[in-house]
Amino acid sequence: MLKKRIIPCLDIKNGRTVKGTNFIHLRDAGDPVELATRYSQEGADELVFLDIAATLENRSTLVDLVKKIGKAINIPFAVGGGINDEDIVKQVLQNGADKVSINSSGLKDPGLITRVANIFGEQCLIVAIDARQNDEGKWIVYSHGGTKPTDKFLFDWAIEVQNRGAGEILFTSMNNDGTKQGFAIEALKTLNDTLTIPVIASGGAGELRHFSDLFIETNVSAALAASVFHYKEIEIQALKAHLNSKGIDVRI
Amino acid sequence: MNKLTAIVDYGAGNTCSVINTLDRIGASYVLTSDPKILTASDRVILPGVGHAAAAMEQLHKSNLTEVLKAIKQPFLGICLGMQLMFDYSEEGNTTCLGLINGKVRRFSPASGYKVPHMGWNDFYPDQKNALFSGMNATESMYFVHSYYAEKGDFTTGICDYGHAFTAAVQYRNFYGVQFHPEKSGDIGQKILENFLKM
Repeated sequence: MLKKRIIPCLDIKNGRTVKGTNFIHLRDAGDPVELATRYSQEGADELVFLDIAATLENRSTLVDLVKKIGKAINIPFAVGGGINDEDIVKQVLQNGADKVSINSSGLKDPGLITRVANIFGEQCLIVAIDARQNDEGKWIVYSHGGTKPTDKFLFDWAIEVQNRGAGEILFTSMNNDGTKQGFAIEALKTLNDTLTIPVIASGGAGELRHFSDLFIETNVSAALAASVFHYKEIEIQALKAHLNSKGIDVRI
Repeated sequence: MNKLTAIVDYGAGNTCSVINTLDRIGASYVLTSDPKILTASDRVILPGVGHAAAAMEQLHKSNLTEVLKAIKQPFLGICLGMQLMFDYSEEGNTTCLGLINGKVRRFSPASGYKVPHMGWNDFYPDQKNALFSGMNATESMYFVHSYYAEKGDFTTGICDYGHAFTAAVQYRNFYGVQFHPEKSGDIGQKILENFLKM
């Protein structure tokens, strides 16, 4: 059986891990390579590094970091934040990352998704989608770290990026993100059943049962979380033991 | 004595990860597309992430297809590198190296099965095979692929994704694995260590 994946996400700023809530109150949380090594040893299936202050000037810092992470861990990892042209994709992949995650730059230039998939292959391309459900029940896609609403709707946009060659969708429900009240089960179920590519669920994890509910009620491939792992509110090994006890196949 | 492993340099996507793992193991290696160095090395690794037809074109351009076919020392194809060892791939409808009989086909998305097949899945190795020495009957390995090799006479390990497929193969000195040992944690690294002992 293909295992359900548990993916810790590390926010990166100027080559350091940062912790904070909704991109504010950021504080230094140490060396990303050390944290990545710890997560890898604790049984994380994959890691996502999100450069939250990505700028052109920062590219070499990011590439250096990718190089160090690749040397330190032997599980797959993805890099997102500021992935806005083929050149940075090439640099990140050539230096040891397995995947890139594209969000705002794909909304601005959907052709980038097609080009990256064609040049580097669908397996290395995650398209991240941040969306918020409005009062009318419609899921509106946001760009720029969830700060700018776009004219796109979640399900339409997800199908479009799949057709353009995305290998996976990372969907963050902004309604759930930071609440620790559980994942957006209904939307994730619909999204997963709509797509033929794997879906990674993000936003809302607070307790062990939120993960088991997610995998029992939907057929998504993976769950991503940041703060519960950073603050050790949830230990990855304990999470996997919990999922296993619920009959969910995970890598122990 | 530290033998030299040649990694075939043809622009494959996972070359850096393979190198990182060889560094961790402490192996001597060279990244090369030079036929002389490849032929003179003690072992050859054909990495691979990407598109089968594009990869074959690249090997043809570098005049490497005949060189690789003539390799007598232990040879390991990884992921796309393994798929290229077969006769034919549906990915870009291309003839491959033909080192091993068989065809590479696309997964057809059935209900509940996503394509690409991506993530950790159970690998059932032939524990008697030298490459899998010290492995358990079932091991989790990291897979990322949309195409698969059909099960055949030379299959040395299987994985199941809707149906069983070739996750590992061997014919004479030619070994191949569909998963990524370089990304499959410590147990994946053990497979590369086994290869480096050959």
